[in-house]
Amino acid sequence: MSDERLDVRRTAKLFIGGAFPRSESGRSMEVRGAGGALLAHAARASRKDLRNAVRAARAAQPGWAAATAYNRGQVLYRVAELMEGRRAQFEAELADSGAADPPRGVSAAIDRWVWYAGWADKLTQVLGSTNPVAGPYFNFSVLEPTGVVGIVAPPDQALLGLVSRLAPAIVSGNAAVVLASEQHPLPAVSLGEVLATSDVPGGVVNILTGRTAELVPWLVGHMDVNGVDLTGCPADLAAEAEATAAENVKRVHRGPATDPFDARARSPYEITAFTETKTVWHPIGA
Amino acid sequence: MSEIEQAAAAQPVVPAWEYAPAPEATDIVKLKDTYGLFIGGEFVEPKSGRTFPTISPATEEELANVAEAGAEDVALAVEAARSAHDHHWRDLPGAERAKYLYRIARQLQERAREFAVLESMNGGKPIKESRDVDIPLAAAHFFYYAGWADKLEYAFPHVQARPVGVAGQIIPWNFPLLMAAWKLAPALAAGNTAVLKPAETTPLTALLLAEVIQDADLPPGVVNIVTGAGETGAALVDAPVDKIAFTGSTEVGKAIQRATAGTGRRLTLELGGKAANIVFEDAAVDQAVEGVINGIFFNQGHVCCAGSRLLVQEPVYDELLGKLKDRLGTLRVGDPLDKNTDVGAINSRAQLEKIGELVASGVEEGAFMYQPPCELPERGFWFVPTLFTGVSQSHRIAREEIFGPVLSIMTFRTPEEAVEKANNTPYGLSAGVWTEKGSRILWMAERLRAGVVWANTFNRFDPSSPFGGYKESGFGREGGRHGLEPYLQLEGRP
Repeated sequence: MSDERLDVRRTAKLFIGGAFPRSESGRSMEVRGAGGALLAHAARASRKDLRNAVRAARAAQPGWAAATAYNRGQVLYRVAELMEGRRAQFEAELADSGAADPPRGVSAAIDRWVWYAGWADKLTQVLGSTNPVAGPYFNFSVLEPTGVVGIVAPPDQALLGLVSRLAPAIVSGNAAVVLASEQHPLPAVSLGEVLATSDVPGGVVNILTGRTAELVPWLVGHMDVNGVDLTGCPADLAAEAEATAAENVKRVHRGPATDPFDARARSPYEITAFTETKTVWHPIGA
Repeated sequence: MSEIEQAAAAQPVVPAWEYAPAPEATDIVKLKDTYGLFIGGEFVEPKSGRTFPTISPATEEELANVAEAGAEDVALAVEAARSAHDHHWRDLPGAERAKYLYRIARQLQERAREFAVLESMNGGKPIKESRDVDIPLAAAHFFYYAGWADKLEYAFPHVQARPVGVAGQIIPWNFPLLMAAWKLAPALAAGNTAVLKPAETTPLTALLLAEVIQDADLPPGVVNIVTGAGETGAALVDAPVDKIAFTGSTEVGKAIQRATAGTGRRLTLELGGKAANIVFEDAAVDQAVEGVINGIFFNQGHVCCAGSRLLVQEPVYDELLGKLKDRLGTLRVGDPLDKNTDVGAINSRAQLEKIGELVASGVEEGAFMYQPPCELPERGFWFVPTLFTGVSQSHRIAREEIFGPVLSIMTFRTPEEAVEKANNTPYGLSAGVWTEKGSRILWMAERLRAGVVWANTFNRFDPSSPFGGYKESGFGREGGRHGLEPYLQLEGRP
């Protein structure tokens, strides 16, 4: 009799609308570690999966935007709390991906959630305004989320790179559809599992694993996506992706070229890349 | 019914008023026969060798010939802007840049009458609007942004704010000088230089601004003005500028976004709109009537944020419609230079035809058209102020930007329905709300997907107030601290 126990392996699935489906296409793709060992067969998302993800995001977005800023801040902080509890798993996945210093990467990703969480109820105070117009009007400007944002996550820094794009996008009340790093999708899959249990409403974040070149054209061309973060978009796809994004005047953004560990990589202007300034006028009179 | 009420009922609701002509004199404007391009601080002949006539849309008379900039001319203008930026302007202390902008603001104020008359001559807008809105706001814009030039570190704390470089700026014909001010003032304050392309039908006030710029001793090349039509604009988009700022149609805006794709150049777009003006049953009806009229007939409806869809809560529909029709009958349509004129000339024959085509579609699709009795001048481009009732959301006149004096009226029952209908458009530039209930104003303002919400007012503008769209109405803001951001590179401090 052996005390060896066979481990229970995880199926790496998509994260859409708070649920974990496989790809409707039935396809998967091999994920291999730095040493070439097979790590998983991750779902290989299709155009239809992407459309389902956009639909889930659109359905979830108004409710998330309507939550109080205090509430959104607490939810993002909760993501950090739960990531802390799963450090070992994230560190192992980063190690498998060949990342240089996995503990540092996980710490930075957790801290980034905390940093952006605190912005939820400060953004409009810092970057909104009351405007001294030349007339008897009360005039103020607030920041509102753009809507549904597509994110092409950076291929490297599979955890910190992704969090650095995702946290600023959703803290203001956007919903996101993320294309995870094609080479190293597993940290993103695990992040989806954290998000599912962090009080982030289902559909606010949707994570697709698959072939970036296959999915980017559908993401940037989707008429119900309001903005795209192309930080992780391969250079050979970028020009066409941006041109396609013009079809419904999507906001197109790329994060700073800075190393994501650098404090300069985080900024309130990463949040405002996907916010809209709304200005309200009202007469003043007795 | 009392005797007084009977007597009142016997009278026509609106008495017919006769107005003596009150034309503004035009001798203050000294037109040249031909205008060159403004490049490197000088008016120069176009390398293209081409000119085009610019007319008064109210009389169809030719006012002047204007140079048409070809790709070679645009390239020279961009070179001049680049040189001015790299060798002088970006390194000039902000306080000095500010003083140039203050000078321009002051000269616009000093020459306000001249600018207003020229604006109305070339664009067809009523003199009372160019005199009281366009020109004062243009001056105010330069004055406002002048003050930012040496305070950028307060506008964007904790980051380094550097100018983007050379801005290519393409502006429309509906507020010619004001749009030039909206583009140039923040660009220059932030340390950029500019190549501005005015609209082909309204180049003259921008060229008069070039004279002001010369008189202000602005260093050569900081502002360059290239006149021309779509081809000139396309050449500017393709030129090696660092940023494009465009105000105009959504169709052209999308083409520009495609053209700049993958180039890494900055872009802001201020595009079309189909704004809902929403009147609740508890609104102050007479004020709402004035706001609705102003919302759609201001500047002949040539306003991207015009309140072109009126949503009326059912209980107040009959009363509001009656008053709107009465008010429509009192609008004075005609000579833009007459100080009594409310609605001036349509800007161009092409625009008149577009309005006519969309209005015809409204009738064809089954909406009911109302136009008051209205005498139009024989020459020039004119359109009678028009209302449509019985409009459904699928009608073209409810979906497409008409950019003319045409109002499409629909009804709603609940606030939720008003929000749903107001947001049921790819556009999102502006919206209006009329109600005496404060909490409802804020509730509506939160839910309307539009960059500007006017509550119990409409069509107000101010240099300190950010303006710009949601969705397909574009991105980026003009006005206020926010209006600086498109002209700055913000980088984290090490």
